[in-house]
Amino acid sequence: MKNENKIYDVAVIGGGVVGTAIAQELSKYHLETVLLEAKADIGTGTSKANTAIWHTGFDAKTGSLEQRLLSRSYKLLLDYVPKFGIPHEKHGAVLIAWNEDQLNSLNGILEKAHNNGVTDVHLLTVDEVYEREPNVNSGALGGLMVPGEFIICPFTVPLSYATQAVLNGVELKLNFPITELAKENGAYTLSGSGGSVKSKYVINAAGLNSDVIDRMFGFDRFTVTPRRGELIVFDKLARNLVNHVLLPVPTAITKGVLVSPTVFGNIMLGPTAEDLTDKEATNTSAEGLKFLWKKGEGIISQLLDEEITSTYAGLRAATEHSDYQIYSHPDKQYICVGGIRSTGLSSSLGIAEYVLELLSETEINLEKKDDFKTVKMPYIGQAEKRPYESEELIESNSDYGKIVCHCERVTLGEIKDAIHSPVPAKTLEGLRRRTRAMQGRCQGFYCSADVNEIFVSETENENTEAFNEKI
Amino acid sequence: MKKYNTDVLIIGAGPAGMAAALELSRLKVDKIIIIDRDIKAGGLPHLTNHTGFGMRDIHRVLSGPAYANFYIKKIKDTTIEIFTGTTVTGWKNENTLNITTPSGLGTITAKAILLVTGCRERPRSARLIPGSRPKGIFNTGSLQDFVHNYKRAIGKKAVIIGAELVSYSAIHTLRKAGCKPILMTTEFDKPQVPFNYLPFKWWSSNLLNSVPLEVNTKISDIFGKKRVEGIELTNIKTGDKKRVDCDVVILTGDWIPDHEMARLGGIEINENTKGPIVDGYLRTSNRGVFAAGNLLRGAEPSDIAALEGKHVAKSIYDYLKKDTWHQKRVKINIDDPIQWISPNAVELGSYDLPLNRFLFRVKDFMKNKTLEIRQDKELLFSKTYKKIIPNYSQKLSGEWQDKIKGVSPITLTLK
Repeated sequence: MKNENKIYDVAVIGGGVVGTAIAQELSKYHLETVLLEAKADIGTGTSKANTAIWHTGFDAKTGSLEQRLLSRSYKLLLDYVPKFGIPHEKHGAVLIAWNEDQLNSLNGILEKAHNNGVTDVHLLTVDEVYEREPNVNSGALGGLMVPGEFIICPFTVPLSYATQAVLNGVELKLNFPITELAKENGAYTLSGSGGSVKSKYVINAAGLNSDVIDRMFGFDRFTVTPRRGELIVFDKLARNLVNHVLLPVPTAITKGVLVSPTVFGNIMLGPTAEDLTDKEATNTSAEGLKFLWKKGEGIISQLLDEEITSTYAGLRAATEHSDYQIYSHPDKQYICVGGIRSTGLSSSLGIAEYVLELLSETEINLEKKDDFKTVKMPYIGQAEKRPYESEELIESNSDYGKIVCHCERVTLGEIKDAIHSPVPAKTLEGLRRRTRAMQGRCQGFYCSADVNEIFVSETENENTEAFNEKI
Repeated sequence: MKKYNTDVLIIGAGPAGMAAALELSRLKVDKIIIIDRDIKAGGLPHLTNHTGFGMRDIHRVLSGPAYANFYIKKIKDTTIEIFTGTTVTGWKNENTLNITTPSGLGTITAKAILLVTGCRERPRSARLIPGSRPKGIFNTGSLQDFVHNYKRAIGKKAVIIGAELVSYSAIHTLRKAGCKPILMTTEFDKPQVPFNYLPFKWWSSNLLNSVPLEVNTKISDIFGKKRVEGIELTNIKTGDKKRVDCDVVILTGDWIPDHEMARLGGIEINENTKGPIVDGYLRTSNRGVFAAGNLLRGAEPSDIAALEGKHVAKSIYDYLKKDTWHQKRVKINIDDPIQWISPNAVELGSYDLPLNRFLFRVKDFMKNKTLEIRQDKELLFSKTYKKIIPNYSQKLSGEWQDKIKGVSPITLTLK
């Protein structure tokens, strides 16, 4: 095999939102970089199943690394998001107090927000709450407005990072879990069931498995406890019921659940928070769904009359520590980026910038490239024009006028694009995330057989996860 | 941007839409356009490749695809235009719709609009079935598409959730796919099929008893990472749980009208049927907009939908020629255990009904129950039903409408 003895400058372990952000940042430099992902696609862990809120960090612990990186990342995303066509909507968040306890804690949250530099946060009277959210249940006692809390597409963000990284020379290796580590002549050999690679520097962004990787380097400083969050997504016809992200007011006793629009035009209710041991337990539970139903009833009961489009569960990489577990060991040529909990989507660009700072303090030679190629991502949100609405696009290629997934109005052109993109969809799941096909209200009742057929023919039957056998 | 003008725009080229178009054509309505988002006309019968179609409307018995083709062929002999692969994306105004086609965008302006967008089975998510999200979970509709349309193998061992008419259709399709239906489950204590239901005999001898049935049972968990590996069943009376190994799960029934276009057009929706509120003329709340077929309340047999299409054609014709529209609408309310009634409004002093009957459904098996229809406490009608099956429509004739006085709502109870 060629390149068997190739020694990369940097290997990033983990193709989630954090690992891909770091890889994108590294691709701006004259470095040989490899991005290693254990699963068949990037962004399949915590990155694919979260609440998709673009956080300001208003309620993060003041002065913590998480708060600093969130704050920095927020500004970086403001530039990044429009430039790369990431679906997002800037609605702001409202925290609604439903009891005296919650009402009393609003002042503390306000103060913390201001200390964190999120100075536009302000209190709302009861009337102001209902002016903003006329459809929530009666009984609110007051609220807090966080104008800077936005919503963002959780799938397009890591996909964009990975795409820019690959365009600029990063090698992406999928189905490449790392289970063994050796170091020889100043370079690590990372190996597992997918093969092995050699690299001088290693960055651990393995998310739920970041503790396992960290232990391979001889440390024992944190343990990831997967914290399951179940969510219910309501039909797009419910979208007009909610105008902002409705955040729960955290009190000493409960954290509560949020109700939020999504960039696809649905309404989301969740998450639950349940500590587990199984790092693959992304199944939903009867108890979890029942709990959410009851919570939803207590916030906006009208929502429950609407149809449910999907339910899912994600796992956050929680640790015993309240802050991120980012450590650099220049002597070991190793940087650990662990314990990114649930805020990785929002802090990813800040983390990547910080990791480069840490890397610059090592002996690695960081020399920026003159040109950094960029590509805008296919737009899958609802706020801007999609291909099925574009006369010019359909005229250029009639595939953009052929709607395959009717619920989400995904065209044949978009499906083909996703299968042949720089970071292509190699599974039906990957295709769903990239295009929204089969993600709508019928969940594939109408289009799943059609999409399967297109996928099988466009990938020349190489995929084993699709239904590719004839009767 | 193409702009079309027509007398009647029909959204959906299924049995209801095609039958309506043919009747309008027979009544000499000039310009009729049918559009369908699918690449071929015909609707769901195309997917249902077994016999039993056409008894009531065309008086012969055909397979689903043959039945669809019968209508398509008839339409070809008329001036009716069918645009397939054409999606309505929204309402530009109250009589103009935006469309997307492979040749570009457009609008269609119509004097009258008929919504015949059909229905679908609720997905796993909407049924709040917990568990993992592996491949191998289908509705009957997607199963039929995989098997009949694309001849794809979908697995080896299937459990069918549901025991109503469509569930038995799933048995037929699974066998065609070489997938063994090992078990059916229902939350009721028996199948929701009328005794000696005729079409079953055509599909297979003794279909009703050909697959073991677990009654009073719900699906409570799904296992498997990439493919379904098994499910958990819970007996809703005893709470007993058990695991069944399978690689395919078929979620049947639990219909919801495809009401997106109706709701985007601001048309009033009935809370029970989830379809547009219509009177016996199948007129919606929006002037010039009609609705028929399975959009009204979920799935009835295709020939029923077609006959409703034929019925609504007459109402559309009267609207075009005489501007006939509802003026005094009386709402029909229902009480438990009635699930829904369709049509669900009456025009005061002017009665007509598709197939001369209302349809209603109940939530459970019942014997010797008396249906009472009242307005302001006054009894308009009562009738005793000996046996009522859930997930199966009951008929109710409409002569009692003569006794309605004023527009205060009518209430149906079953005691």
